[in-house]
Amino acid sequence: MIQLIELTVNGERHDLAIEPRRTLVDVLRHDLGLTGTHVGCEHGICGACTVLVDGAPARACLLFAAQVEGAEIRTVESLAEPDGTLNDLQRCFSEHHGLQCGFCTPGMLMLAEGYLAEEPEATKEEIREVVASNLCRCTGYQTIVEAIDDCASRRRAAFQDQLDRSTA
Amino acid sequence: MKPAAFTYHRARTTAGAVGLLTELGDDAKVIAGGQSLVAMMNFRLARPEHLVDITHVEGLAGIRRDGDSLRLGALTTHRAVEKADLGDFAVLSRAMRWVGHLPIRTRGTVGGSIAHADAAAEWCLLAVLLDARIRAEGPSGVREIRAVDFFRGPFTTALQPDELIVEVVFPRPAPRAALTEYADRRGDFALVAAAVDLDADRVVLGGVAPTPVLVERAGTAEEIAGALELRDEPGISAHYRRGLVRTLVQRARKEASRG
Ligand SMILES: Cc1cc2nc3c(=O)[nH]c(=O)nc-3n(C[C@H](O)[C@H](O)[C@H](O)COP(=O)(O)OP(=O)(O)OC[C@H]3O[C@@H](n4cnc5c(N)ncnc54)[C@H](O)[C@@H]3O)c2cc1C
Ligand code: FES
Ligand code: FES
Repeated sequence: MIQLIELTVNGERHDLAIEPRRTLVDVLRHDLGLTGTHVGCEHGICGACTVLVDGAPARACLLFAAQVEGAEIRTVESLAEPDGTLNDLQRCFSEHHGLQCGFCTPGMLMLAEGYLAEEPEATKEEIREVVASNLCRCTGYQTIVEAIDDCASRRRAAFQDQLDRSTA
Repeated sequence: MKPAAFTYHRARTTAGAVGLLTELGDDAKVIAGGQSLVAMMNFRLARPEHLVDITHVEGLAGIRRDGDSLRLGALTTHRAVEKADLGDFAVLSRAMRWVGHLPIRTRGTVGGSIAHADAAAEWCLLAVLLDARIRAEGPSGVREIRAVDFFRGPFTTALQPDELIVEVVFPRPAPRAALTEYADRRGDFALVAAAVDLDADRVVLGGVAPTPVLVERAGTAEEIAGALELRDEPGISAHYRRGLVRTLVQRARKEASRG
């Protein structure tokens, strides 16, 4: 049976006619062509499909698209500028070699993006714990933790700078 | 894999959800966070013909202090509990770090965990430990089931197919309680989990039987571990599991005594 749903992805509204059994990750990839979000295990273990649902990291393979009608979905495609300029988190991944084959990277980026927005003061240990939710077969995680930690410190410094300036 | 086809129904009220469950009968299943159900559907271990989505029901999520008791709406996520400041119920928040990983906890719900009834699930252990009441709404109204009577077997509960868990009520504060566990990989379901409440002198164990095991007037960790009937299983001997029980009970007691 086909169902009509309205999905908001990266700020854009889409009207879709899909089967209810379509998971969010399949809708993103097959119906919307947003293939930045990867898919690995389809049972919640690998985290390759991690996206943000109303700001919170979630497994897109464990959600039916019909369930998240009305929610704000964000995928890895939302991070860079329209002209392709990488955002600060992506630049940190690049600088710290937080990726090799890149298969896990979109999921890692969205996990970190959602987590840092909620916990800007996160410690390196806390970041390590959170990153354990996604599998990476290449890097050994160290460089991913460093990339996220560095991005968090830079964001904190920038925020402090802003405060200092506004009170000066 | 991909799930089998089904018809999607979105409930707006608990009465609406119960109405749908009554009408659709055995072919229907409730979906909350989907963190257990969708994985099972992707594996085709579950093939419901109808899904009743309760995530859009108003008022089913939330944490409320009510005198001595703490009331958790069925749709309250693991993450919401983890982040809440629960005072003398802090054992609940602290235990959440053991439930899967962050992206699982942002979606998975208290009601879903209890209904799913994995014998190693943290919520099932905590419910038995703290004598929680599970409030279930059915066609003839709401009834309350004590957690000890709720879990009947592996993934089997006292819930009827046309009933919905609406709330889980923890009747008394537990300032000196703790849960700890061991799994080979961080975030996996526990091989063994132990939860203790020093004031009530209760211990609950997960991963040692088809349902959480309650030990009242608990003795030493050695005695508790010694009294369990355990069998050798592929990859994990009874001896090893018994050792885990002993260590984890000790560890949980130490943590609980720190408050
Ligand atoms: C990688 C991974 C690791 C995990 N690790 C753990 C872990 O360590 N510990 C742990 O406890 N859990 C773990 N989980 C499972 C997770 O906690 C789930 O959130 C939980 O088991 C089910 O909650 P849910 O809201 O997602 O329910 P769903 O998946 O939506 O539903 C589960 C079952 O409960 C029924 N149901 C749901 N809500 C209700 C209701 N209100 N009334 C009646 N029936 C209802 C459904 O019909 C279904 O049968 C893990 C999951 C994944 C994917
Ligand atoms: S594809 Fe979703 S967690 Fe692996
Ligand atoms: S970079 Fe290859 S899986 Fe992480």
